Amino acid sequence: MYDQLKSIIADQLGVEETQVTPEAKFVADLGADSLAMVEMVMAIEDKFGVRISQQEIKDLSSVGDALSLIKSRMGGAA
Amino acid sequence: MFSRIVATGSSVPELEVGNDELAGLVDTSDEWIVTRTGMSRRHIATTDTTSSLAAAAARKALDAAGLSADDIDLIMVATVTPDNFTPTVSCQVQAALGNTAATCLDLWAGCSGFVYSLRVADSMIRAGGVHRALIIGAETLSRVVDWTDRNTCVLFGDGAGAVVLEASDEPGVLACVTRSDGSRGNVLRIPGLANSNPWAIKAASDADAIAPPPSVISMDGQEVFRFAVGAIQWSLEESARIAGIDISSIYRIIPHQANNRIIDAVASRMGIERDVFYTNLQRFGNTSAASIPLALDELNRAESIPVGAYLALVGFGGGLTWGGSVIRWAQTA
Repeated sequence: MYDQLKSIIADQLGVEETQVTPEAKFVADLGADSLAMVEMVMAIEDKFGVRISQQEIKDLSSVGDALSLIKSRMGGAA
Repeated sequence: MFSRIVATGSSVPELEVGNDELAGLVDTSDEWIVTRTGMSRRHIATTDTTSSLAAAAARKALDAAGLSADDIDLIMVATVTPDNFTPTVSCQVQAALGNTAATCLDLWAGCSGFVYSLRVADSMIRAGGVHRALIIGAETLSRVVDWTDRNTCVLFGDGAGAVVLEASDEPGVLACVTRSDGSRGNVLRIPGLANSNPWAIKAASDADAIAPPPSVISMDGQEVFRFAVGAIQWSLEESARIAGIDISSIYRIIPHQANNRIIDAVASRMGIERDVFYTNLQRFGNTSAASIPLALDELNRAESIPVGAYLALVGFGGGLTWGGSVIRWAQTA
């Protein structure tokens, strides 16, 4: 699942997959702006069949945050 | 009985304001605005009003059709920035044109106002009560923009677009669908007047509770973005389904000109070539209810749209409201 997430993030934000590490910050490290964050979340929702609220988008800071949110949303199964 | 568009017209204020000039008002830059919106400049009213722009656009559409004012029996204006609560913009347009034959009707549906108006006028024509309608989208949003808010003030422009819609045996408007979701109204707002009558003041425990909120645009950009992408997709799919055509056979899609990034996202998610979407927001910004007829008129004058070509018009905006229409292009004058 992490590999799929990495690939979506790299594709949506136009960065190399090697830049997408759990510590990477979306805005500071991967150059995302607020609209890119929404678009990326919409792609994640489509891929994993989860729903991420507007507040949760605003709270997403790093790739690791996204990973744990999706894991918890999918019932902890990774 | 069907309705079809037989002429288009538009009008914008003379003054153009570029991104660099906005950078002198708020903390922004040309690069910031272009990257996040696709916009480079917009027209801003100084002496023009919503009614004067609407009337100018209407005159151009009538001229293009070779019609006189009294050939029109319905004047509809979609706007969120009327000059008055009463008289309506449509009544002011009627007076400016010297028309005496029409019923005049304003419609408020945010940036979806033009598609909503098209649905109403199409229904009235098909019912047999109206023969020829002027449908106008007109705005002076610059009067409700918060010029200190860098997130919103860069987005909007002023202008008007108009079409003449007339009864026909040949189908023009093949489908027109609209939807609303009032429960999400707060994501995009322009507050109206507070009630400050003497009894309301007495009843208010806190004087601040009745302080008039400024009538300026506020919006949650992320929320609007997510809504817009879904709304455009639904509107296109539903209107194409009812029209009985495949989306891939649409010659041009004219979306509400809110933001390039919204349109890019829809094109990529739906697998539609970006060039199929006609955009002029680079030069006009978001003109709310005026954006679709303004873009349609520009397209119509810039190139000859093949007769019989399918066009899709898609609106989405405050309310929340959204909707789409598929039309088969008729010969225009």
